[in-house]
Amino acid sequence: MNINVKPTRRTLLKGGSLTIAFSLIAPALAQKAAKQDGAPLPGDLKLYPKLSSWLRIEDGGKVRLLAGKVEIGQGILTAFAQLAADELDIDIKRLVIVSGDTRVVPDEGVTAGSQSIQYGGVAIQHAAAELRAHLLSRAAEKLGADAGALKVADGTISAPGGKSVTYWDLVSGQQVDIEATGAVKLKAASERRYIGKPVQRVDIPAKATGAPIFIQDLRPAGMLHGRVVRPPAYGAKLASVDESAAAAMPGVVKVVRDGSFIGVIAQREEQAIAAADALRRAAKWDMLKNTPTSDTIYDWLKTQPAKDIVIKDIANPAAANAKEVVEAEFRRPYHMHGTIGPSTAIATLGADGAMLIQTHTQSPFETAAAIAGMLGLPKEKVQCEHQQGAGCYGHNGMDDAAADAALLARAMPGRPVRIQWSRADEHKWEPYGSAMVVRMKAAVDEKGDILDWDHEIWSTSHGTRPGGKPGNLLPAQTLEKPFPLPTPVNGGAPNYAADRNGIPLYEFPGVHVRTHFVEKMAARASSTRGLGAYANVMAIESFIDDLARRAKADPVEYRLRYLKDPRAREVLQKTADMFGWSKWQAAPGKGRGIAFARYKNLATYTAVAIEAEVDKATGAIRVKRVSSASDCGDIISHDGVINQIEGGVIQSLSWTLKEGVRFDETGVRSEDWTSYPILTFSEIPPIDIQLIERPGVPYLGTGEASQGPTGAALANAVMDATGVRFREVPFVPSRIKAGLV
Amino acid sequence: MPKLKVNGRSHDVAAPDDAPLLYVLRNDLHLNGPKYGCGVSQCGSCTVLIDGQPVRSCVTPTGSVAGQDITTLEGLGTLEKPSKLQQAFIDEQAAQCGYCLNGMIMASQALLAKNPKPSEQEIRHALDGNLCRCGVQNRVVRAVMRASREA
Repeated sequence: MNINVKPTRRTLLKGGSLTIAFSLIAPALAQKAAKQDGAPLPGDLKLYPKLSSWLRIEDGGKVRLLAGKVEIGQGILTAFAQLAADELDIDIKRLVIVSGDTRVVPDEGVTAGSQSIQYGGVAIQHAAAELRAHLLSRAAEKLGADAGALKVADGTISAPGGKSVTYWDLVSGQQVDIEATGAVKLKAASERRYIGKPVQRVDIPAKATGAPIFIQDLRPAGMLHGRVVRPPAYGAKLASVDESAAAAMPGVVKVVRDGSFIGVIAQREEQAIAAADALRRAAKWDMLKNTPTSDTIYDWLKTQPAKDIVIKDIANPAAANAKEVVEAEFRRPYHMHGTIGPSTAIATLGADGAMLIQTHTQSPFETAAAIAGMLGLPKEKVQCEHQQGAGCYGHNGMDDAAADAALLARAMPGRPVRIQWSRADEHKWEPYGSAMVVRMKAAVDEKGDILDWDHEIWSTSHGTRPGGKPGNLLPAQTLEKPFPLPTPVNGGAPNYAADRNGIPLYEFPGVHVRTHFVEKMAARASSTRGLGAYANVMAIESFIDDLARRAKADPVEYRLRYLKDPRAREVLQKTADMFGWSKWQAAPGKGRGIAFARYKNLATYTAVAIEAEVDKATGAIRVKRVSSASDCGDIISHDGVINQIEGGVIQSLSWTLKEGVRFDETGVRSEDWTSYPILTFSEIPPIDIQLIERPGVPYLGTGEASQGPTGAALANAVMDATGVRFREVPFVPSRIKAGLV
Repeated sequence: MPKLKVNGRSHDVAAPDDAPLLYVLRNDLHLNGPKYGCGVSQCGSCTVLIDGQPVRSCVTPTGSVAGQDITTLEGLGTLEKPSKLQQAFIDEQAAQCGYCLNGMIMASQALLAKNPKPSEQEIRHALDGNLCRCGVQNRVVRAVMRASREA
């Protein structure tokens, strides 16, 4: 089989049960063939129908798996391996995985939106099934047997009578150069060996023992350390800087300045940090007077010029006779992604004028294109190689760090330059989840039933990822010839953005959902776990809880009046049962809350029930326990899904109880973990997660499913405990105490 | 030029005395266990043991620990032969991204050394200064309890 495998340049990890490798395979694949006749091929297979784009039978009994989607700490590469090994009938240890290297993998866009399985995983699964079928037909010919009578075990195909041939024998010296047909059936659930079975994640042993697996652990020969001095606040321009003191410091190789972009390159990491500190002290900045502040943001949002976007508008004439109209307004501050490992990148300008960037970006292709634009290089001259970083939960500083590294590496041809952002830079400059205001209105009849439902959103952008545009890269905005931030847009159906989960899954006779999309930025903002879903679900689920109370109905029963989707009903009911909803004993200061959403109205169904205690004297909330059921369709890794749902619960509790970015005229004031605290071990309750089994039905994305329901369930528990509805996040003790007076 | 004793081996490192231990361990000795997370002793990702005590290497001048026993994550076990505690983290799949894992394991190692049978509350208390953003804290607690049980 001629697949032009160059020797493995570097194998980062060999351990656990399979191999994650970084290797050069030339040439890069790019076919993007037209769809087959008839139904489109599943997932990203429709973009890359050639089987060799995804899987290659390689010498030495190996199978190489190529993935455009990347590992962001969710175990996705292990899930891909489970899919490929099962459908190809091989031992999982035979797989060598390459992901996110723009030189060799299919361009699957951004790894985001809880879509890696539905697009990438499904493509790999079907490609594996098609490759197996193709190899079976070739084996049938070779063995003189009927394909239907052949059996496969770990890549060895056997005919009745005992003759056999392996995948590796079959493809030896040949190219498997066929396209998917869409006609091959996947294995029945009963025949699976890996999918849905406990498979330990391939990356955890390295992470638990300090083996090099993170981008932070790469040290290419000749590597130098760079640091960039960010402005003190949004929009500040560098007036002057005396570079001489920094340039004379030990180990400093170069000071780089381009407009308001200043950075330093040094031999040692602590030297680069010290020199950057010296540069920072020497820099004089022209400041803008930044408005609004984190205190005035909600009024600002509601008074800005905005694009009005209506996504649902069904009138109910009977609402004119409503007994009353109930109204409430919810507020969500800017939330940080708050990665534990600040953004890192290594860039190298080669002798051929090509820039190679090692990066933990979620969008290797689009980030490479944006950086090429920033550097004025042809697109093919900038390549990204994905390496694992710390958890990101959306668009953080990852792409900006890649651009920083490229700008410094440009000044240092032939030398790899490594950047790692400081904690303060990550806190102050990452693009946050946008602050939002959500106003709910409902017309109800004399029984308290809902006649008309109105959901109105104010928000800035939830999507300023690079997308191939230099203006979305932080350093590109500060160059001598700056690239301005492109006018942000609000993502439309079916995923939506600010209005994600704005349309209720409940079936009301009248429904109106509209967004006032503010194009201007107050604080830098972009995709953060769930986008608008957190605030929208928080508002919907708090509001319907209040309406249930007004109707003197049980919150579960009231929701079920309007929830028609049987899978949604089952998830809600199961969560209530897990929690012991019907056996609840009320007590002073103690409350229970429940909430539900189907993420994006098309992904995982999740309900969350919470017991909380509120200390009325201090305003402190203590979450006592959490129960949550989800239906995510078919399940590749139960533990992987549970980990995602549970992690989302904890992160959402943290957002809801503690977090909100503080900023004023002088810049962002949340610059470390003291000024932006997050939930800690002793504040985390027992969490019971259960999954509904649906083998064989389509996979549904889970990564962001529990974010919204968790916040709302907590708000409802606090309401139940105190009789007061809190509608502004975070629920810090001072706010709760003030609200209880 | 400080002389460091790391994981039982002596090293002469060509670093100034005031260089933070974290960068010396990572860049000079290529020990990747300790991670940069905050640089100001707030998150725990850089934790190492100095004479058995958990210490934040990001704010520890290298010269100040010359001659003392420094243990990093690599000193507990290896990819091929993880320690009992490391194996407990693997068995419990106590990670998402895994960046904070170094601090979790090193702080737990120090806890178990002085309290081999900690209660759940004692584990949470001991790890309260170690931040995790993915939300695997309950798994980490289970891993430490497992290691304690299996020790």
